[in-house]
Parts: sequence; C-alpha cells; structure tokens
Amino acid sequence: MNSETGFDPALYERFPTREPRPPAELEELKQVWRAPRGWALLTVVNNNYIGLFYVGAAFLFFVLAGVLALLIRAQLALPLNGILPQETYNQVFTMHGTVMMFLFAVPAVEALGVMLLPQMLAARDLPFPRLSAYAFWAYLVGGLCFFASIFFGLAPDGGWFMYPPLTSRAYSPGINADFWLLGIGFIEISAIAGAVEIIVGVLKTRAPGMTLDKLPVFAWAMLVFAAMIVIGFPAVILGTLLLELERALNWPFFDPTRGGDPVLWQHLFWFFGHPEVYIIFLPAAGLMSMIVPTVARTPLVGYRLVVLALLATGFISFGVWSHHMFATGMPPISVSFFSAASMAVSVPAGVQVFSWIATLSAGKVRWTTPALFAIGSIVTFTMGGLTGVMVALVPFDWQAHDTYFIVAHLHYVLIGGMVFPLFAAFYYWAPMTSRRPLSERLGRWVFGLVFTGVHVSFLPMHLTGLMGMPRRVYTYLPGRGWELPNLISTVGAFMIGLGVLLFVVDLIRNFRFTTGDGAGNVYGGGSLEWLPTGLYSARSIPVVRERYPLWERPGLAEDVQEGRYFLPGAATGVRETLITSTLRAEPQYLQRMPGPSAWPVLAAVFTAGFFLLLTVQAYGPGVVSGVLAVACVLRWVWETDRPMREKHVDVGAGIRVPTYATGPASHGWWAMVVLLIVAGMIFLMAGFSYVFLWSRRPDLWIPPPDQLWLAAVVGGYAAAGALAWLAARAARRPVSHVFWAPALATLAVAALACAYAADLGSWWAAGLRPDASGQGATVFAILAWQGVMGAAASLMPGYLIARAVAGLLSPVRTSTVDLSALFIGYLAAQGSLGALLVRLFPGGG
Amino acid sequence: MSPPTSTRSTLAEALRGWPPPPLDPAGPHAGAVAALSWALFGMFVAVLLVVVAALLVALFGKPAWRRRLAREKAIWIGGLAFPVVVLTALLVWGLTLTRDLTAAPQPGEMRVRVTGEMWWWRVVYLDGEGRAAILDANELHIPAGTPVTLELEAADVIHSFWIPRLAGKLDMIPGRRNILRIQADSPGVYAGQCAEYCGGPHALMGFVVVAHAPAEFERWRAERLAPPAPPPDAFAARGAQLFETAGCGACHRVRGTGAEGLAGPDLSHVGARRSLGAGILPNNHGALAGWIADSQAIKPGNRMPPYRVLSGEELRALAAWLGSRR
Repeated sequence: MNSETGFDPALYERFPTREPRPPAELEELKQVWRAPRGWALLTVVNNNYIGLFYVGAAFLFFVLAGVLALLIRAQLALPLNGILPQETYNQVFTMHGTVMMFLFAVPAVEALGVMLLPQMLAARDLPFPRLSAYAFWAYLVGGLCFFASIFFGLAPDGGWFMYPPLTSRAYSPGINADFWLLGIGFIEISAIAGAVEIIVGVLKTRAPGMTLDKLPVFAWAMLVFAAMIVIGFPAVILGTLLLELERALNWPFFDPTRGGDPVLWQHLFWFFGHPEVYIIFLPAAGLMSMIVPTVARTPLVGYRLVVLALLATGFISFGVWSHHMFATGMPPISVSFFSAASMAVSVPAGVQVFSWIATLSAGKVRWTTPALFAIGSIVTFTMGGLTGVMVALVPFDWQAHDTYFIVAHLHYVLIGGMVFPLFAAFYYWAPMTSRRPLSERLGRWVFGLVFTGVHVSFLPMHLTGLMGMPRRVYTYLPGRGWELPNLISTVGAFMIGLGVLLFVVDLIRNFRFTTGDGAGNVYGGGSLEWLPTGLYSARSIPVVRERYPLWERPGLAEDVQEGRYFLPGAATGVRETLITSTLRAEPQYLQRMPGPSAWPVLAAVFTAGFFLLLTVQAYGPGVVSGVLAVACVLRWVWETDRPMREKHVDVGAGIRVPTYATGPASHGWWAMVVLLIVAGMIFLMAGFSYVFLWSRRPDLWIPPPDQLWLAAVVGGYAAAGALAWLAARAARRPVSHVFWAPALATLAVAALACAYAADLGSWWAAGLRPDASGQGATVFAILAWQGVMGAAASLMPGYLIARAVAGLLSPVRTSTVDLSALFIGYLAAQGSLGALLVRLFPGGG
Repeated sequence: MSPPTSTRSTLAEALRGWPPPPLDPAGPHAGAVAALSWALFGMFVAVLLVVVAALLVALFGKPAWRRRLAREKAIWIGGLAFPVVVLTALLVWGLTLTRDLTAAPQPGEMRVRVTGEMWWWRVVYLDGEGRAAILDANELHIPAGTPVTLELEAADVIHSFWIPRLAGKLDMIPGRRNILRIQADSPGVYAGQCAEYCGGPHALMGFVVVAHAPAEFERWRAERLAPPAPPPDAFAARGAQLFETAGCGACHRVRGTGAEGLAGPDLSHVGARRSLGAGILPNNHGALAGWIADSQAIKPGNRMPPYRVLSGEELRALAAWLGSRR
C-alpha cells in the first residue's frame, strides 16, 4: 500500500461528503475561534491577528530605519556637511543596518510566514499559537526600547557587525554596545521561536494529501528559512553571549593580549551573517514563486528545480561566510574555497530567475501592481547578483571591499531580492485580510517612485565606491569627485522615501482589517489561502491532490465552505487542528490548540524587562523581571498537555483519529528536537571557539585536571542520561506509580548537578580562571552554557511533581515527562562531550 | 593588462577620485586587478543584457519565442549551464590571480611596518635585521620600480590599509601581522584611506604614499638618517622651546630633542609631509598652527586636545619650528 503511516489513501475518496452538515456546527466553530475584544485583544493568539501585528511591526521598523537612511543621505549630500555630528552619524548608520537586518528583514518574512502559512496549508493555525504571540510581543517591546536608545544618544555606534575590539569595553565603554547586544537578543529569541513554529507547522500541519511535492513554494522556502535559522542563528547567539561576557566580566575571547582573537568574532558573526542574507532572500523568493504564476496565470515552470534551488542555496550558504573576510589576510587556500562557494551560490539564484522568466513567458501577464514589483525585483536582483559574483572574486574584492561599491551591491540584492517581493506581497495578499484591496492606481505610483529611486540612489554608488569612498564615513573631503554621485544618491533616496510615504497613504485609505469578509481572490491565485476563511482558517480542511487546487477544482471553495471536507466543525468543542505525517501528509491525530492567554504576553514583557534592566545596569529589578518571566512561562506551559475526554474523534466522513500522540508523531516532540538542535549548534560553536583560540595561542594553555576527574564527570552525566531514560519508561506505568517518573527525573537532575560541580570544581582547582586566557574564557563559556541549560533542567523535577500532585500525569499522556527526559538526556550528552573536548584536546598541555 | 594611465604628483591630484583609482593602476598588483575588473564589468553588462532580453521576450515577444522560453529547458540552459560556464572561467582567473598576488616577499626586499592607530598611521622603516631605522607617520616613501613589503599591524582596533592605485586592501588586526606587497611603477603621490570602520573620525583617516626615483629615494633615506638640523632661526627656536614647555613631548617624539612621546604621531619630519591630520589638510604653517590650536574643529574626536591657551604668536612659532623639521 502506498502509505507512510498506514492510513489508507482510498479514504480520501469519501470527500467531498454529500450529506448536509448540522446547522449549529459552523456557529460553534466561530464561537470556539472567536477573538477576545477590547483590551483583551492583547491576549489574542490567532495567526490572523498575530501575523498582521507582526507584519505591521516589521513595516514600522522598515519606516523607522528608512528615516535613518534619509538622515544618512542628507548628511552625505554635500562634503563636510554638518547635519549630523560624527557621534550621531555613527549611531545612525549602525542603527540603520541593525534595524533593517534584525528588526525589519528577518521578522518581516517570519511575519508573513505566520500570517500566510496556516491558510496556505489549510491548517487552523500554526501549531504553537502562544509561542508566536510570545515571540511577537518580545520582539515588539524589545525592538521599540532598542530603537528608542537613539533618542538618548545611547544607540550602538560600532556598525551592524560590531567588530571587537572596537566594541569591547576598552573602546566602547558606554552601554551603547550593550543595547546592540540586547536588541539582537530579542530577535534571536523571536527568530528561534518562529523557526520552531514554522518547521513544525510546515512538516506537521499540512492539509491531508499535500505531499511534499505539492507544497506551495513559499512553504518550501519557509522550511529552508527556518532550518537555516536553526543552524545559523546559534553562531550569533554564541557570539553575542561571548561579547557580553567579555564586556561585563572581562573574559578575553577577543583580546589578543590574553590569547583571544578579534577574528573569532568575525567567524561567528559571518557564519550567521551571510546565511542571514539568504534567510531574508529565500522567503522572498518563495513569495515571488507564488506571485509570478498568478500574475502570468499559469503554473510555475520548473517547480522541482526551484525547490532544489532553495535547498541548494540553504546548503551552500553555510560555506560562504568568509567572503566577508577576504581582506583579513586568510591563507590563500581557504580564500579559494570561499571564493568558489560564493560563486556557486549564485547558480541556484539564476535557476529561480529563469524559472520566473519562463513562467512569465508561458502565461499571459496581467499588469497589476504585484506584477510590476515582481518584474522590478527580477531586474534589480539580477544586477545585485552580478555584482555579487564580482566581489566573490578575491582580487576584485580586495579593491571593492568596504567601499560604497559594496553598499550598492548589498542594497541591490536586498531591495531587489527582498523589499520588492515584499511590496508585491503587500499588494497581492492585502485583499485576503482587508475588506478593500489596495489601490492599483496608487500602487503604480508607489512602484514607479520606489523603483526609480532605488536605481537613482544605488547605481551611482558603484562608481562612488570605485572612486575610493569607503563605507561608514560620516563625511568626506571636497575635491575628490565624490560630490556629484553622492548628491544623486541622495535625490534617489528621497524618491524612495516619497514612494513609501505614498504606500502609507494607500494603506490608510484602503486597508480595512477583517478576518472573515476580505476582498478575496482579486488577483486569481490558485493556492489554498484564497479559500474563503475565518479566524479558524478554511471552514473544512480539503484533501489536496494538486499544486494549484483552486485552479484545477473550481467547486473546491464552495465544498470547503459548506464543510464537505475534513474537520468541518470543532470536533472536540475546543480549538484544534489536524496533525498530518511529515512526507505524505496523512492524518495522524487531532491536536488541541490553546486559546487566548495573557501569560505569553506577560512572559514577553518580563523577558524584555529582564534584558532592558540588565542593560541599564539595574541588576536587582532585572533579576526580579527574569524570575517573573520564567514564572509566566511555567504558568503558560502548565495549561498544555491536558487530557481530553474523547480518545478518538471523527474528523469527517467517519474517519477517526486519536486526540493524542507521543514521540516523533507529536508536534511537541518535534519542537523539542528543533530546540535541542539549536542548543547543540550553540555548543558546537563554543567548541569551535575553543579550538580556534587554541590554534592562535597554544602557549597560554595550561594542562587539564587529572583525567580521573574526566571519568567522574562523564560517569555522572552517563548516570543522569540513564536516569532520564528510566523516568520516561516509568511514566508509562500505571497511575498508582505516578510519582516514579518525577522521582527518577529528580535523581537525573541531581546527577547532572554532581557531574557539573565536578567539572567546574576541578578546573578551578587546577588554577584555570576565565579572565586569564583564551582557554579559561572558552572553557568557562562552555561550562556557563551547560549551567544555564542545567538551570532550566533544574525546574523540571518540581514541575513534574506538581503535575503529578495535580493529577495531570497519566500513563497515556506522557509528553511532559518524555520531553523533560529528552532535555535532560541531551544535557548529559552535551556535558560529556564538552568535558571530553576541553580535557582531551589538545591534551597534556 | 591596462598600462598605468597617469601619474599624479601633488597631494590634491593624488586625492582626486577620477579616473577611479582601482581602474587607473600605478603598479603591477593593482594593474592585474584592474584587468580582471574590466572583464568583470563586461560580464556584468553581457549577462544583464541576456536576462533583460529574456525578460522582454517573455513579456512582449512573439508567441513562438515565448513558447521556447517557457520550457523547463530554458531554465537548464539560462539558469544553470550558462552561469556555470561563465563562473568557472572567471573563477580560474580569479584564483590564479589570488595566488600570484599573495606570493611571499623576496629576501632583501625593503620592509616597512605600518601600524593602524585611532585615527592615524605609525610608519616604521626597518633595517636589514628588522630593527626600527626611521620613525614617521601618515606618509610612506618608497622607491619606484621595486616591490616593498609592508607589515601591517594594529595598535587598538581593526583598521584596513588601502592604496587603491597600488594594491587592494588588507586589514590591520590587533594581535596579527599581515603582509602586503606594493610596488609603484613610476614616481608620484598615491593617496588612500582607512577602509575598515574604526569608530569616531574613521572618515578622516587618510594616508599618502610617495614613490621616488631610486636615486632620489636613496637621497631621501640619507637625509632621514642624518643628524637633525638645529632650528633655522630665533623664531623657530622659540617654537622648539614652546614645544618643550607646553608638554607636547608627552605624546610626540621629535628626533634629537627630549621629546620621546609615542602616543601620537612622530613629528621628527612633520614639515616634510604633504598632509596634516592623517591625509586631510595640505601641510603649511597656517594649517599647522590651526591644527595645534583646535584640531577638534578639524577632525572631531581625534585624540589631540585643543591648545587654545597658546597665543597666535606662539602658535606661529610652533608652526615655524615644526615646519622646519623636514
């Protein structure tokens, strides 16, 4: 049988069902999914709202960072101009880059994922709606506070890449640099949360029958995006932690006088920083691959090639980071590798460009605003890609690096590759969530102004750079011939500003938010988000048999709306969505979903408070805020993993699925695994830092403690792992043994703590100090990471005991224990590997 | 390979951005890169034309052409085969050139250590044993026609050394020493600027390379090694005295005097420099006096405090003395 889970695909033939649905069913569905009103709207978790808030916030930061860009261009319009003093300018350009990259670009594409994916996959919502809400609020509160630093002259001024030692305590003594680390902290949290959400959402909540080769390209792009976040963000998370440790506690990761190395930061930053560009570009390319077929009214040509191109880009992009470091004096052999990889990464981009051209060629283009932006994107992005090929060649890069040539290149790539597709998406999807579409007439003006402005502004910059103008200069001397191109660039920048202003006017005049009666499919798209929807997404979840269901089955919308497919009502009387299998999207079980809650919002506010208060050095209140954040998270998690009355329910046409699953079938397991991969990547990066600093200054390394200690540490961790495994087994025993699992988990955590104490204590006794050398700094950083995760693990036994007392643990509902055991087991493995690495390598000393 | 097109001899000419310095090479290293650059511009234009032409055909072309372009084969050819061929050819060229340009210095080459400081350059000419022979700042003198090895270091944060008409840039990183070889084919003045953001007045951190004909270079070196001359007149002598009493020697070194400070630029030959303030002002007595009085107004954020306590007369005396240090 052709099945992944044992589900019989012949059952799909029962749909669309014929018998009429009970009349009260739709009303109940609306009731279950209704959004809170008034102030309670702040507690909303539904993706229609959170998605829109998210997009709105990202656009707000785009406008704010855009205003900073206009200030930059005003200052550079004339040589020795005095509009912005030097210190202000250095803060403004740093904030422009940081806000655009971290507070606009990544959140914007993530926001579109939150907003569009459930509808595109015909899921009721993303699998962890409260996590989305938490990520959004942490991002909004944190982002606004971070941005406000510029009004107090406290904004970072070290450039968006924050190279130490310029950003170390010695050369940046103020708290400005800490604000950068804070701002990035939020976006790290919300990006990781979003990645968890999107990976699980795309892999587990697709409409039945939507096999991977029928997945909308945008969903593919978001899957690769999320995977890249999981691999790439840990490097910058570790980097920011190390830089803050160096600034706050004087651990010399980047200080060459004590065995650190400034280049370590560059490796960590760009290992994240270059994939980051594709993290931004791939979702936008996914948007293009959705919009272009609709514009041309024909399926995408080369679907499989495009998907392969997305995967290839994701893969190759992790081999190109050092092309930002060609001028650091790397050995020619590694330079050559990164040069070749940087050239190679342009090939999948070319594949996508030609797929869009082929699709336009296959169909008949309607000249709508999304079409204009899509075509503008192809031209602009191609130009940026070509200059990218140029700078991938090392000798040319040695001339172009850190000049305005690069400024031109990166703006062509990011605006052509991301901003234009985003504007196309704004116009294209607005009718889904607004009663009125945006104005086609104004849209043409917006496109005309922005497109012209971009080329007027950035084309001359190629020349300015070749004429010798470096980046990040607050002024320049007259007489160098840079005046005219700079003035032209400034004119172009203000044209872009005017275009964006006109877009805001369009939004104010025409955007009317709605969840039920949107203007609808005005551009004639063929994917599932154009089904009639409410807050519950599509009323019933259709069986998918093709890539463009709405084009190929004209009656589908009506059948879905009449409830003739899966899950036509609220089967269990609460919020729920259908979990399907990873490859073939066969129904597996019905997931209960949480409703509105204040806890994620409060947790987000206290998380923001924690970081902010620490940044302004209010340590006491900061710790209080941190404890409150943890308490709110625990309170929020407390409501999860609850028993449901029915063990199995009918999800339509007499097909019955369970209401609970454990292990790899469950969405919680997937989320925990993704989270542990993130933790593992952070650990791996810390291990890399250790080896890297050793390679720089082996003479500063001291011998490790006696190897008997290693045996004790590894033995302790092995015991913790075994106990965690036993706890998971014990959770499946009868209810009378309900305290076994918490007891075993307690022992496991105790074993973790003993092993950790032995590890830490023996290094201390051996005389290693974190502020003494690169060895001390990295060994204690690895230990600190283990300690932070261990602190999270130490909350688990108490939590499990409380669950047991409250009667929330049972032999069938084992997820809480399973996931705790998984976490503890992971920590045991991480602790052992860490100890083995730093005690055996380089050995003896 | 495009031959050097012009030689610039004054500071103002050296600072000019036209023709674009990387495309107007004055030595073999920059020359090889310039040739590659022209090829890359050609590639840019050609590929862009192909893509735009394909796009125009897709949007407005005859149905027969459009049908051909709408096949998956078009993606294989345009998106895969075409770029792979073009990129491979370029890559081979680029990698070969990279290898040639990073060739190790020959024994016996002249060596100079250039250290990036916030926001100026320390220049130390090394003798055959690697010892400091001549100390200077913000200006480098080399013989034309022979390669010179530069040892690039940083004293505080990361800087980047870049003289576009002579070679590509190379970073100066604390704790590391990077080797850059430059060569000027003919005598002239070549300007550059710090390329790695180093905070504060990074925008105003320029550098000048002066290439001499070999015989003239030997004369220059002999002058630098000769014992310093006394102040030429009484006014300059007063300046020398002021230099001592105002405490300038705490930060600056002047060869042959008690001033041994190493925090700021070496002023032993400041009068011979073509620029002041690290490549930003043409050097003359007025500029010298103005710089001492309030360098913060000229280059905000630099490490030198203003000396507004000095009278105009005193400033002129100081300038006369420093200007005589050639």
